[in-house]
Amino acid sequence: MSKRPNSRSHALRSAHAGAQEETSCQSATGPALSVRHLSKRFGDRIAFNDVSFEIGYGEVFGFLGPNGAGKTTTVRTLGTLIAPTSGLAEVAGLPLTPENGVEIRKRIAIMPESPGLFLRLSVAENLACFADLYEVPHPSDRILSSLEAVNLADRAQDTCGALSKGLRQRVALARALLSDPEVLFLDEPTSGLDPVAAREVHELIVGLRKRGVTIFLTTHRLEEAERLCDRVAILDTTLRTVGRPDELRERLFARALVIRTRAPLPDPDHVFRGLPAVNGWSLNGQSGYALTVSDPAVAAPGVTRALVAAGADVLAITESYHSLEDVYLELVNEDVEADRRSA
Amino acid sequence: MSKRRIGAVFCKELREYRRNRSVLVALAIFPLIFLIQPIVVVYIVPASKAAQLSHGHVLLYMLALPVLTPAMLAAYAVAGEREQGSLEPVLTTPIRREEFLLGKALAVLTPSTGIAYAVFAFFLAFVALFAHPAVASAILQGPDILAQVLFTPLLAAFSVWVGIAISTRSSDVRVAQQLSLLGSLPVGVATSLIAFDVIHATLGLAIGLAVLLLLANALGWRIVAPMFDRERLLIGPT
Repeated sequence: MSKRPNSRSHALRSAHAGAQEETSCQSATGPALSVRHLSKRFGDRIAFNDVSFEIGYGEVFGFLGPNGAGKTTTVRTLGTLIAPTSGLAEVAGLPLTPENGVEIRKRIAIMPESPGLFLRLSVAENLACFADLYEVPHPSDRILSSLEAVNLADRAQDTCGALSKGLRQRVALARALLSDPEVLFLDEPTSGLDPVAAREVHELIVGLRKRGVTIFLTTHRLEEAERLCDRVAILDTTLRTVGRPDELRERLFARALVIRTRAPLPDPDHVFRGLPAVNGWSLNGQSGYALTVSDPAVAAPGVTRALVAAGADVLAITESYHSLEDVYLELVNEDVEADRRSA
Repeated sequence: MSKRRIGAVFCKELREYRRNRSVLVALAIFPLIFLIQPIVVVYIVPASKAAQLSHGHVLLYMLALPVLTPAMLAAYAVAGEREQGSLEPVLTTPIRREEFLLGKALAVLTPSTGIAYAVFAFFLAFVALFAHPAVASAILQGPDILAQVLFTPLLAAFSVWVGIAISTRSSDVRVAQQLSLLGSLPVGVATSLIAFDVIHATLGLAIGLAVLLLLANALGWRIVAPMFDRERLLIGPT
């Protein structure tokens, strides 16, 4: 049934190659995560509803959403910590059922938002406990390699309670790496960290990505998702969208050229009408214009020539850029508006 | 069932005790306070009362020790871990709830039994050294010592399961500890009734109680395991 790779090193190499070529949800080895119409309710409260997506091996998948959107509950559900109310899922090649709980948890690792370390024990003792819980072979070697992966080998004997928040996050990440998981769930790994510590965690995630580890990253930080993730999903109880960040931008926002001139054009419609790849224009400030275009690379030379021919002093022609934050806010604001209307 | 995973939980707990010795000191304080009254009585009782003592089972009064000693620690086992935030990472591993509970139970049982034996040994030594020889020989009866030795782990294990059961269902450590102490009291009262000869101690009664406790302990983790609901522990009651 499971097409998951048996050899981890081979798996990681092939998965990484797959991820490099195409970050589509289907790889030669099947999806690392497949979720179909999954829902979770707590009594009358809906945690998340009708969520469907797939993630390929070696992919870094960002799971975004406002507070209370159901991100952590989704992670806990896929991690077999809580049972879904309805729907189906496959995690690391195994159907998400109570009977498969132990086997699924052997193949994955979850780093919760709070590191949850045993604060009286040393870093090495914390990892030794988890190495035994995962029944890791050669635990000493694995503990050392996990600590080296997060640059903490020299802090192995430090008591966890004496570590800073950033270092505790790193210990939690090392703990999650102990079992060499096929799928690694990171639940807001940079939450509450200062920019330097957050950047260190980013670098670690980039390192894991290079090793071909499949990562499911929930985060509030949109720049983090944009920088690290092959694809992102935006959840607001229901799944609002899934795709590559650039795909989402194109899907939500028309491509546009933004033009700024020293003085307003006397007849802008005459200048912009009929230009190749230009679909329309609108005013953008007193002497600015926003042109919706089908292809900026085709439109820009023609627009430049037309402006020069019209005698305009051109200050700037730029392609408008919409960040993932714009996409996120657009979608989440739609929900806020819809809620307001229904109220 | 994985011995290694059970051992992981057990070793982690023992390491935490070692780092936080005050837990063990607190564990020993209650039995030591409990000991004050019998020690005073033994010290001041005249030799003329020795014959009276030999008809009772004063030593069995000490059976309350293994019942009460583990109650607080067992109550902390799950609720405390949950409150510290260290429960969720453990639950994300392949550990089964039965393995987790066994590891926890063994980690509470080991020091509790050790402390109960140590306090009992201290009492025996005190009686042997400081009580009038007639009083000492009236108290130190072979069958009572044997009963104490045999029943200590059985009673402690029972108390551990009661405490862990309460701990799995409590959202507050303090409430769990109070309820756990309360839950252990009926067994403590029963042992006291035997000690004061309200319930007459016989070999048949001892065997019957031992079998009952053995069964209860063997089934303990099977009874408690279904109460250990991962979802409820992570999300809280809904």
